[in-house]
Amino acid sequence: MIPAAFDYESPASVDEALAVIAGAGDREVKVLAGGQSLIPVLRLRMNAPDLVVDLGRIAELRGVRDDGDAIAIGAMTTHDDVTREPLIRQHALLLSLAAQTVADPQVRHRGTFGGSLAHADPAADMPAPALALGAEFVIAGPSGRRTVGASDFFTDLFTTAIGEGELLVEVRVPKHTGWGAHYEKFNHVAHTWSIVGVAAAVRVEGGTIAEAKVGLTNMGLVPIRATAVEQALVGQPATADAIRAAAQNADQGTNPMSDASADEDYRRHLAKVLTGRAVLAAVG
Amino acid sequence: MTAVDETTGAKEFGQSRRRKEDARLITGRTKWTDNIVLPGMAHLAMVRSPVASGTIASIDVADAKTSPGVLGVWTGADLDAEQGDLPCAWAVTPDMKHPRRPAVAAGRVKFAGEIVAVIAARSAAEARDAADKVIVDYDDLPVVLDMNEAIKEGTPLVHEELGTNVNATWIFDSGEAGTGGNVDEAIAAAHADPDSLVIERTFRQQRLVPAFMEPRSTVVDPTGEQLTVWSATQVPHIARFLLAVVLGISESKVRFIAPDVGGGFGGKIHLSPEEVATVLIARKLGKPVKYTETRSESIQSAHHGRDQIQKITLSAKKDGTVTGLKVDLLADMGAYLGLVTPGVPILGAFMYNAIYKIPAYQFKCVNVFTNKVLTDAYRGAGRPEATYAIERMMDTLANELGVDPLALREKNWIKHEEFPFTSVCGLTYDSGNYEAATSRAVELFDYEGLRREQAERRARKDPIQLGIGISTFTEMCGLAPSRVLGSLNYGAGGWEYSAIRMLPTGKVEVLTGASAHGQGHETAFSQIVADQLGVPFEDVEILHGDTQITHKGLDTYGSRSLVVGGIAIVKAAEKVIEKAKPIAAHLLEANVADIEFDSGKFSVAGTDKGVTIQEVALATFAAHNYPEGIEPSIDADATFDPENFSYPHGTHLCATEIDTETGKVTIRKYVCVDDIGTVVNPLIAEGQVHGGLAQGIAQALWEEARHDESGTLTTATFVDYTLPTAADMPFFTTDMTETASTSNPLGVKGVGEAGTIASTPAVINAVVDALRPWGIDDIQMPTTAQRVWKAIQGKEFDASVGAKDTRDGSHEAAPGNGAPLWSGNESGGAQ
Repeated sequence: MIPAAFDYESPASVDEALAVIAGAGDREVKVLAGGQSLIPVLRLRMNAPDLVVDLGRIAELRGVRDDGDAIAIGAMTTHDDVTREPLIRQHALLLSLAAQTVADPQVRHRGTFGGSLAHADPAADMPAPALALGAEFVIAGPSGRRTVGASDFFTDLFTTAIGEGELLVEVRVPKHTGWGAHYEKFNHVAHTWSIVGVAAAVRVEGGTIAEAKVGLTNMGLVPIRATAVEQALVGQPATADAIRAAAQNADQGTNPMSDASADEDYRRHLAKVLTGRAVLAAVG
Repeated sequence: MTAVDETTGAKEFGQSRRRKEDARLITGRTKWTDNIVLPGMAHLAMVRSPVASGTIASIDVADAKTSPGVLGVWTGADLDAEQGDLPCAWAVTPDMKHPRRPAVAAGRVKFAGEIVAVIAARSAAEARDAADKVIVDYDDLPVVLDMNEAIKEGTPLVHEELGTNVNATWIFDSGEAGTGGNVDEAIAAAHADPDSLVIERTFRQQRLVPAFMEPRSTVVDPTGEQLTVWSATQVPHIARFLLAVVLGISESKVRFIAPDVGGGFGGKIHLSPEEVATVLIARKLGKPVKYTETRSESIQSAHHGRDQIQKITLSAKKDGTVTGLKVDLLADMGAYLGLVTPGVPILGAFMYNAIYKIPAYQFKCVNVFTNKVLTDAYRGAGRPEATYAIERMMDTLANELGVDPLALREKNWIKHEEFPFTSVCGLTYDSGNYEAATSRAVELFDYEGLRREQAERRARKDPIQLGIGISTFTEMCGLAPSRVLGSLNYGAGGWEYSAIRMLPTGKVEVLTGASAHGQGHETAFSQIVADQLGVPFEDVEILHGDTQITHKGLDTYGSRSLVVGGIAIVKAAEKVIEKAKPIAAHLLEANVADIEFDSGKFSVAGTDKGVTIQEVALATFAAHNYPEGIEPSIDADATFDPENFSYPHGTHLCATEIDTETGKVTIRKYVCVDDIGTVVNPLIAEGQVHGGLAQGIAQALWEEARHDESGTLTTATFVDYTLPTAADMPFFTTDMTETASTSNPLGVKGVGEAGTIASTPAVINAVVDALRPWGIDDIQMPTTAQRVWKAIQGKEFDASVGAKDTRDGSHEAAPGNGAPLWSGNESGGAQ
């Protein structure tokens, strides 16, 4: 399990990192965040980049700040920090709850929020909650910064709107203060990827569901917003029967794979069951 | 920690001492093989075949040879003249087909993962880089994966030269052996009798990966007079012997060392291709060489376990009395034979009858070659498969008869007062008390309460259904009486060796041929020696795992270290005391016949005159004052050959919850009461039970080595091979009953494999029990959520299942004082 040889740079700022990447020319560059996906890929020699640019020394990429109607989470904030950070727990509880389910404590202490989003593994747990909460992705490149909306960020399997020579630097998550939230993860054993996961955030007013946001993990090549469920929930009483009925729409617009861990029909079924459970737990 | 057992004087036996070896093992500050660095050491990388069956059309090593740091590249053709043939020690039948097994394949590859070339370089990274530059062209040949297909006429052959895919057919028949009746007659009689029934089921034992924590690693230093091999192995003594034989070198020229070894579970009992290749390259280079496998290489190319298809036929009277048992097995050898590959199913042959009085029995096993990595011993080796099959059948029979599965077992099991009992296989079970273990387990489990809850959940068709699974197991372990092994054509004996060195300061060095790889030998053996010699625990050092320290031994597997190795230590200690007595008598100016030894002190009977064993040790070292005509030494050694196996037993009860909306199985409660005889260290014993349970439960719920149709292992990382962790385990309720073994002076039995053997059927019986309302009678392992969910789709739920009346009151057959302990509560019977 020894990677092929590569050059290594560990810039101290985003600007320096962008310059290093720009200066790499034709050499293949991989950006190292927490390394929980990239290092295994390198060790298995499934990829052999010429240059690895380690973001680990860039202090400005870590931490969370209040940004008015949103909270801004640095791309290199670890999963463990996402589970604990008071600002996130207060305004985007769904992210904290989802981060708690990621793999095991070692992975959560090394792996990063931004790294997971940029890697865009369809079975990863952080993309669906970010999508559900309407996160905006701040991407830095040689010509400055741009912001991409959640629905445009995840473009394909392991593919995002981050272009050549660009870095994901920050994720802005609109405040969902006072919303109920739950992430329902279903997997074989504790340390493995989700077979299906459901991220739900719900705002209840006087026993009625006023707003609902539901994201699905591993129900397609990219995380998917269960809009049919969201629409069916709004205006319904926050009761088990009503929620389960709405959850029957969970596989609409999805395109789940059949693979070694589950078949398509089972994933479709799980999406409905788990959506019901996630929303029910979110309404408390 | 210093309580003294007043009846035996034992201070240490029975104490839950923490393991003295753990500090260094847990921190890693120890000599794992891969930690060893020698001056000028070279590193190896292996080039492995990605195809499961094919011929090597060409190998181009030119780029690899010129890759930076490379010291040499060797193909199978380069090594074939000197690499010999990896041995199998168990020719199960005289006509067994035994293919040649090269360390490095030359010309023909037979499983995906087989080594085809070896690279040596100055660093491991450079070796790996160069390995990627070797270009091999294969001509694919047909792949044989399925055992049922493999044995059909016209199926392509794994080994063309053998003319068949059948390795051997091995049969035990109690009628022929004179140990029981003719099973075909028993089954025919049952078919003809309206008051009897015959049930037949086929079970699949999926392939498992032993998944020891430390990948295999070998360092070879060829520069001394003795070739020194450090290796992560369970069997340094056996490996030394085999290496000498394979390479045609003198055994005395080989020193084999197993330093601290991080687990094995049977997966490290071999002389491996990698070990042989490392020795060959070290000799060629004339310098030390290291090879450490990657995790994926380990999963792909270290041997697997299980992989059997079991067709079981059981006949019984309708009162529940079992009258006959017939076992037809197909056992997958994989592509080659390892140390005991063909014998693994045969270790199970003697255990299908388990704890039951079965009057007629036949076992037939067809060993089959396929294009997969070989199988060999994995924790329990043959006995988990046997226990699974019989315990699944007992539950099935109970269900067919509508009786409580515990009551059915009791009706058939050997009663406590019937020991010693000669089984239908001819084994003599020396001791056992199935009633006591079961009674305790039932009490801890709240069997009746859970049965009541199960009935309630069924009645209201609760989305969470409850199942209760039972496994009342025994096993034969403590391998093994040498004569028995001889009668089974095994290539070695089953004794163990120990020596005790009494140092001048009164400290004690104990040599043992049992080679620990996580078991806690150093602690448990120290406790035994402390009691035997009456010395402090801290004064005992256990030395093992080095053929230069312990020149002979048969190593560690089959739950043998305590019941064979531990007894060898006791025998050596007895000799030490006997040798010390005349010297003590001399020092005390007394007659030897008057010398008594107790708690470390030699004293003259009826006086207060005495001398400690430490004082005798010092006096013996000085040798100024000792009797004429004896040697000035109280060191001693002993070789112990057991006369019988060890038969631990126990009752395991498992309650599983099935989430019927997702199919997910959750263990709600797990209770086991094991009887491993007297217990040296309860903490270590409980740890063995916990680990064993985890592995057995993992087979039931999660683990499976899978191949695609081309023979590629698709579960070659821990992403795909879903090995559970502590986070997936329930809390275990464990307890012990202590029915002392009568076959050894300590009364001990083996414990290393018990949890694994017992737990798999307990879990699956519970899963099936929960699924019975859907008419489900069996389910394949592992019972993943998807598999369970798919099993119940489209099936009607019948809440009345399991609530039927007992036909003839057979549950009342449970003994003794009338009502059985579990109140004759029918399976799932509503209260």
